[in-house]
Amino acid sequence: MAATKTRTSSFSRNLPAASSAQSPEIKCGPNGTFLVSSGIPDLDKTLGGGIPLGSLVMVMEDSEAPHHMLLLRNFMSQGLVHKQPLLYASPSKDPRGFLGTLPSPSSPKDDKSRSHDAEQEKGLRIAWQYKKYFGENQSNLDGQRGMILFRFIVLYNKQEFSNEFDLRRPLDRHFYTGQHVDCISTKDLPNIAALQERCTSFLSQFSRYICTFFAIDFVCFTNLLIVTFRNDATVACTGRIAIQSLCAPQCESSNMEWEMLSFIRSLKSTVRSANAVAIITFPSSLVSATFCKRWQHLADCLVSVKAIPDEDKELAKLLTGYQDIVGFLNIHRVPRINTQVPAVLEATTLSIKLQKRRYLVLECLNQAPVDGSSGSSYGTSGNCSGASSKSGSLDF
Amino acid sequence: MDSRARNLLDEALGLDQLTQSKSPLGGKAVLIEDCVETSGSFVLHQLIKRLLTATSNSSNVVLFLAFANPFSHYDRILLGEEGKAGGGRSGLFALFANITKVLNSLPEGNRKCLTIVIDDVSLIEVAAHGSSDHVLDFLHYCHALTSNHHGCSLVMLNHDDFYSSMDRPVFLKQMEYAADVLVKVKPLATGLAADVHGQMTVLNRDQCNRRGSLNNRMSNFQFRIKENSVEYFYPGART
Repeated sequence: MAATKTRTSSFSRNLPAASSAQSPEIKCGPNGTFLVSSGIPDLDKTLGGGIPLGSLVMVMEDSEAPHHMLLLRNFMSQGLVHKQPLLYASPSKDPRGFLGTLPSPSSPKDDKSRSHDAEQEKGLRIAWQYKKYFGENQSNLDGQRGMILFRFIVLYNKQEFSNEFDLRRPLDRHFYTGQHVDCISTKDLPNIAALQERCTSFLSQFSRYICTFFAIDFVCFTNLLIVTFRNDATVACTGRIAIQSLCAPQCESSNMEWEMLSFIRSLKSTVRSANAVAIITFPSSLVSATFCKRWQHLADCLVSVKAIPDEDKELAKLLTGYQDIVGFLNIHRVPRINTQVPAVLEATTLSIKLQKRRYLVLECLNQAPVDGSSGSSYGTSGNCSGASSKSGSLDF
Repeated sequence: MDSRARNLLDEALGLDQLTQSKSPLGGKAVLIEDCVETSGSFVLHQLIKRLLTATSNSSNVVLFLAFANPFSHYDRILLGEEGKAGGGRSGLFALFANITKVLNSLPEGNRKCLTIVIDDVSLIEVAAHGSSDHVLDFLHYCHALTSNHHGCSLVMLNHDDFYSSMDRPVFLKQMEYAADVLVKVKPLATGLAADVHGQMTVLNRDQCNRRGSLNNRMSNFQFRIKENSVEYFYPGART
């Protein structure tokens, strides 16, 4: 006796476009998601604007280089600058000491020569005028009040969602000495349950669903009405979890593979129903192959970092700007919450560069020109068939 | 593509032969295998949609054991298709008891219209702390519900890329052996593409035909996933 009446649901695909997030630190994403910044504008752009709230990001470390720390630092700094509560777990004995190494947002006065100024972002279109303002023409304020105000607003908006971080300047203490920052050392934990408890209690303050009603239509038993009141994301109610080197060998609990998996599974589901983002880095080469795959399947967003070999002549011929590259970032999976359509990126491998040794920049790889005389392409490792090269699969 | 129109997946699964009395999947056990690079959950979504919107049999019931995502995720994708939904509880025994409770609560004639959908099996393994024997037993019990006596259908999603690195992937082999229909979802060998999201192979182990010999049917085609539907086409035949 199934009825064919349309089901009323609180979920509808087309949210009104005007329903913007309540603060600039959070953006509206596709399919009813909200996005927060990863702290790396280039990565935000690649992921489609930012990381959706409710995502679990997993970073596969490279044992030869600590590039995952660059990602982690920027992610944590971004949250602290936005005054978002942070839970940080690491295998070191004093995780709080690490907070002193977090980068500070770069001030506008810093001389940053980014080559991407030509892009059509609102803030950057004003950027050239902004430089003039901070240059020698400071006396010409009269005719430019409107422009100054406009510039101020644009700069304010540009800075709010995502910041550029200066790796050489440590973050001011007041950002991380408050109650909203919690640190836990995973080194001496006998099992993973303690970490799981801390994460669960941390995430309980960001619960997305205030209450949920289930109602069953007694006329036709096949109808199920779910009404859920959402706690729309605001800054005070958005949290970040950063877990560094989970399953590192120095941790006592690293041998308990199924427990680890169970922890990740439960963290994933708790984060999904919270206004929070969790990032976990783990040494993929030290986890057994089977479990590594299982971990990868659990991730909403999966990236891996790889060191670049020094003085690799073949690679130097293959890539332009080889000298500036410190490593590669491979994006294996982009978060797809509330949708089944996969994201196909133009390029899944980005180069990690440190501009002026201060600013973390991710760029698409630029292949060097083909050697015309021999007819050989240096890019045999760059085409889609994934022919193996020394540095692994590079996707141009 | 219109969800009512037959597509390649419908044909491969035998969904195009809908009858009033039998459930659309004909009491079969369907195993979907995917990998990290290409998720096979879209096949689950499409099957659920197909089952719940089948006009020839409006009393189809789907029992959805969703471990991978919250219901809000599926709700948005399926856009309000009606159906009974059930979540998993700790303890495989309790879970199976729940399933039989739902089955017994259905009217006698409608029991064959029940389809149990599991997303996904690897998470049941995690919940069981790796005791694959218990999980296999649970799946065998579910599979027993597809016998003639009950006639339910079973759809399971699993990931085969982590079993393939093992020496003896017993768990996976047992599941593949028990399944009547095997759907393998893989990325394209040539890499990523915006127009073609991957390829799938469907092996349908039909029952004996009239002459008594097995009639296995294998189909191989590519797909492109859209917001509300999926396009299936043979390689090079996409319009």
